[in-house]
Amino acid sequence: MSLDRSDVEQIAHLARLQIDAADVDSYGDSLNSILNLVDQMQATNTEGVEPLAHPLDAVQRLRADEVTEPDQREALLSVAPATEEGLFLVPKVIE
Amino acid sequence: MEWEVVIGLEIHVQLSTKTKIFSGASTAFGAEPNTQACAVDLALPGTLPVFNENALRMAVMFGLAVNAEIGKRSVFERKNYFYPDLPKGYQTTQLAEPIVGPGFVDIETDDGVQRRVGLHHAHLEEDAGKSLHEDFHGMSGIDLNRAGTPLVEIVSEPDMRSSKEAAAYARKIHAIVTTLGICDGNMAEGSMRCDCNVSIRPKGQEELGTRTELKNINSFRFIERAIDTEVARQIDLIEDGGTVVQETRLYDPDKNETRSMRSKEEANDYRYFPCPDLLPVIIDDSYIEAIRETLPELPDARRERFISEYSLSEYDAGVLSAYRPQADYYEQAVKLSGDAKLSANWVMGELAKFLNQNDTDIKDSPVSAEQLGGLLVRIKDNTISGNIAKKVFELMWNKGGNADEIIEAEGLKQVTDTGAIEKIVDEVIASADKQVEQYKAAEPEKRGKMLGFFMGQVMKATGGKANPGAVTGILKQKLDALCD
Repeated sequence: MSLDRSDVEQIAHLARLQIDAADVDSYGDSLNSILNLVDQMQATNTEGVEPLAHPLDAVQRLRADEVTEPDQREALLSVAPATEEGLFLVPKVIE
Repeated sequence: MEWEVVIGLEIHVQLSTKTKIFSGASTAFGAEPNTQACAVDLALPGTLPVFNENALRMAVMFGLAVNAEIGKRSVFERKNYFYPDLPKGYQTTQLAEPIVGPGFVDIETDDGVQRRVGLHHAHLEEDAGKSLHEDFHGMSGIDLNRAGTPLVEIVSEPDMRSSKEAAAYARKIHAIVTTLGICDGNMAEGSMRCDCNVSIRPKGQEELGTRTELKNINSFRFIERAIDTEVARQIDLIEDGGTVVQETRLYDPDKNETRSMRSKEEANDYRYFPCPDLLPVIIDDSYIEAIRETLPELPDARRERFISEYSLSEYDAGVLSAYRPQADYYEQAVKLSGDAKLSANWVMGELAKFLNQNDTDIKDSPVSAEQLGGLLVRIKDNTISGNIAKKVFELMWNKGGNADEIIEAEGLKQVTDTGAIEKIVDEVIASADKQVEQYKAAEPEKRGKMLGFFMGQVMKATGGKANPGAVTGILKQKLDALCD
């Protein structure tokens, strides 16, 4: 598998990264070398090996369904750049 | 050409846990914005999710109720996309190893079509917050109270063949989750939301047509209308030589049309990967079996029992068993009145009418099952007629009180004293020469119908309190005596 310029631009868009058009080819090369490494790993026979979801050999702990978090709206809103009527304000998101 | 409609549904069910799926913030509906969004829900740096056991338990309950395999190992993954009401930049969900594996439900439409609908799987995930697009100086407002609310997303196979089947399926899922008590079922508040995948193909063709997805439909009626509208659009499009584009469409109930939404990222653009903050969830047979023990009687079983135990029609049994609070109410009324059919008529008739008119859930009915049961007892023992009972019911609904108090206070007790009724009947006959002549002139077999006029006069004179059976008997006897 090999990424071309449009793939790199698409990946950057999905990650909301603004990249310089002059750098697209070099990013493509770097990403392709990572994919080559993945291809090498893909060649390993993993038949009968359970996929690893997490490196820790442990299982998820569970929490009782009890309210433990009090309302801290004032403190939490105070770190936001813009708020009004208890809402966080963000640049308009609907077209 | 004859077209076949193919429908699959994705239903999001909000679980009625007290707290979020990964934090201890409350999930109560209707709180002031952002008062129930804690540091974890806001994705502040350094916070970590801890999985809510109750959400897991509820998902397993659902799986058991739909005959599904339960995932003894399930894994949370990150679905990555950017939107301001998703503070982490990803939704924690499940993909490859969901908690509920393949299962099925049996459905029946109003017109009697029966079908087994396969469930592909159901998985646990978190809800997003809400964006408010009213004008905040050209900005959007974000309320994160809903962020992190546990959802079960139920994904059906494309097994439905009409909008009616899709609505029947959604109703069945609604009945199951409300009976299990894992969701309050309030569609208007968004507790259950439905996405419909719709395609058409020439009848007999194996291959599926290109589908469109109708988003966020929040009533059973709109499911039907949205699908019908979209099917008509696809047929017109194809028959005019066009092709259906795979896309997400929004149903507009006001215009009764679907329209294309902003094109969405494709599946592989979500870049799913296992969430490193959450370990695999492992459960064993004893955990699953302990939950199985707690399952209540499910709607299908209750429907069957209503038919066998109360001799209800399939239709009545289906309606009454579909919503647990209603089924409980009904059974309580039967217990008190001792009459299954009469109770069914009242719960589905007068009570349902008042609940609809006042947009009230049966859980909040001002007339309790005990009050209704008490009223039905008085119909059965002939204290009041069915018509007077409606009057009593209305008073009960508006002012409270039990049937006996209302009947007594309003003087509604039925007149069964034949002497008194005879006297009124005589007066009515004496003052209706014209109708009496018509009655006498009529063919004997047509006279029965003509009793209606006299009956009405007697009821008018007694304020509806005369026992209808007694009045009919006396009227007939007296009028027929005049004919001889």
